[in-house]
Amino acid sequence: MRKRWTDLTGVSACCLFFLLLPVAALAADAFLHGFVQGNQSTNTEEGNPDGKDFKLSEERAQVKFEATADPFRLFIKSDAFHDNIDSHSILELREGYADYTSDTWDTRIGRQVITWGVGDLLFINDVFPKDYEAFFSGRPLEYLKKWVDGAKVGLYPWFASFEVIAIPYFEPNTYPDSKRFWMFDPMAGITDRETQDPYRNFRKAETALRIYRDVAGFDTSLYYYRGFSRQPSVMPDNPLTPTRLTLFYPELTVYGASLQGRAGDGVLSLEAGYYDSRRDRGGADLLLPNSQTKYLAGYQVQFWEDFTVGVQYYGEYLMEYSAYGNSLPPGFPKEKRLHQIASIRLMQFLMHQTLRLSLFAFSGLSDGDYLINPEVKYNLTDAIWAAIGGTFFGGGKEWTQFGQLDKNDNVYTQLRYEF
Amino acid sequence: MNRICMVVMMAQLPLNAFALTADEVMKKSQAAFLYPGADLKARVMMKLISKSGQERVREMMMLRKNFGIPGGEQKYFMYFFQPADVRNMTFMVYKYPGKDADRWLFVPAINMVRRIAAQDKRSSFVGSDFTYEDISGRNLEDDAHAVVKEETVGTHDCTVIKSTPKAAEMEYSYKLSWIDKTSFLPIKEEYYDKKDELYRVFSADEIKDVKGHPTITKRSMKNLFSGHVTEVSFLKADYNVGVEDSLFTERYLKQPPKRWVE
Repeated sequence: MRKRWTDLTGVSACCLFFLLLPVAALAADAFLHGFVQGNQSTNTEEGNPDGKDFKLSEERAQVKFEATADPFRLFIKSDAFHDNIDSHSILELREGYADYTSDTWDTRIGRQVITWGVGDLLFINDVFPKDYEAFFSGRPLEYLKKWVDGAKVGLYPWFASFEVIAIPYFEPNTYPDSKRFWMFDPMAGITDRETQDPYRNFRKAETALRIYRDVAGFDTSLYYYRGFSRQPSVMPDNPLTPTRLTLFYPELTVYGASLQGRAGDGVLSLEAGYYDSRRDRGGADLLLPNSQTKYLAGYQVQFWEDFTVGVQYYGEYLMEYSAYGNSLPPGFPKEKRLHQIASIRLMQFLMHQTLRLSLFAFSGLSDGDYLINPEVKYNLTDAIWAAIGGTFFGGGKEWTQFGQLDKNDNVYTQLRYEF
Repeated sequence: MNRICMVVMMAQLPLNAFALTADEVMKKSQAAFLYPGADLKARVMMKLISKSGQERVREMMMLRKNFGIPGGEQKYFMYFFQPADVRNMTFMVYKYPGKDADRWLFVPAINMVRRIAAQDKRSSFVGSDFTYEDISGRNLEDDAHAVVKEETVGTHDCTVIKSTPKAAEMEYSYKLSWIDKTSFLPIKEEYYDKKDELYRVFSADEIKDVKGHPTITKRSMKNLFSGHVTEVSFLKADYNVGVEDSLFTERYLKQPPKRWVE
């Protein structure tokens, strides 16, 4: 799958480059920036399933190119990295788009990152692709967000702002690699697996809409998404004695809303979404996820100089729970009807904000499991920063969200020179 | 007709009525220092210098627009050029008289706009010796002001005002401000802690006329306890440049218009 991305990346990078070369040449101004980075993550509890000691070990260079010739703008962000564990190098186009801006509307076409919602590492209406392996193995947080290949149009009439998005090429989430991460797999014995091609199928284009405006001092948004779950479901070739598994991305529609604003001395965030599993509204099909209602509440406050605390409560409520229970074969772990998570983020800046101590933790209220991510980041100079941190999992059961990752505790280092 | 009345009335007033009260001086100073023009566009260079001499640089474009009278609501839009790890970040502040500001930060690496929880009084601006309150001003009613003396600082004839916070929340017990009698700009400020010890000093190091408004184009804030100092210079500054209301929205926070950030 990784190879496939690279192919796509190369082709789109070339197309974009030649398409936009004239724009760049005409540009009033062009900029080149980027960084070189070393990033390593070492197991502290157990080796990887394939025996290796590192979750991550890579050298990476990123180049950002920007050219503007009003009303057009071109932006390319590309990474080249060498993975020391698998001993290969990859060129990856992380963003590459053209912007057109007028007073009343604008558009962005190409590979771009879209972030919606108000949660802190909890995503309800941010239905866009994520890279969880990046997060769990100690890459800088920006690598949690993946791109989409599509077009976005912004409309700005007086009464509200609109973001309309069409994504012709489906991009799934990246989950931890089973060679590097210990995870629960109820059908571990079946190694013959294939993924249904979610790419390049225009009939499967995704659409998304966000309407937002200020309402009584609160940033308020309504969301709609029609597309596919980015988490694969598994279809066995034979339900009784399966020999081959097919991974596919079930149809999904999401309706949601969020608001964020001042409350007391801090910032209050509220968000909710209804996940409509279009192919399994009745909930009787075990292979397809049931519909769900998701919601979160968060509050962030500054207690003293450069020290902020953020807390969140998150819930997922499974619809048609009895139908789900009836369809479950004996021996399979049963999900709870209400899945709840709490999170806390503590952040203290010191030494004129050049040193940052942070602690982020998830606590699975329903499952009793946890994820803890402490980190120290120091800007040695304006151009160089270094970070050391850890990702620790545990508690719960061997199939729960964080409990299944118990054996993957790791300590990571990041060192970046930015220019 | 009105004008004639005024002239007659003024002629009859005793001379000492022209001496301003401490509150009036501070009000005029606030207007001259933080509210000149309808809007301001300034390219700002900040140098954070440690006791040992290590320098860090923060460079940004600052756009400010007044919404109402001096002392009233203002909106700020900031775009960062330096250092590299915050380049292209934008920051927006809605400042209200008498309550904490609303703040938004745009993080380009993940294309995300977030509200930031912070208390104006205690937050350092980008790690400098200036607090948010030093940058965007403190509500005048939060302090009791008194004229202490008159004194000349360099070439500036100043009124010295002592401002004592009415609430005990502040880390300083009082502040002395040297306010120029003509321009009403603060030439010097001294902050005293709870033990009456001087620990923070502001000074206006260069004043230039920009479109008829005397403007502090170089200033510094020194922390006497840590030895850390922050020097701020306006590389370019202009008033009444026609900043639109719509600039202060999520749309432009995510895509700052080229003409405002170069």
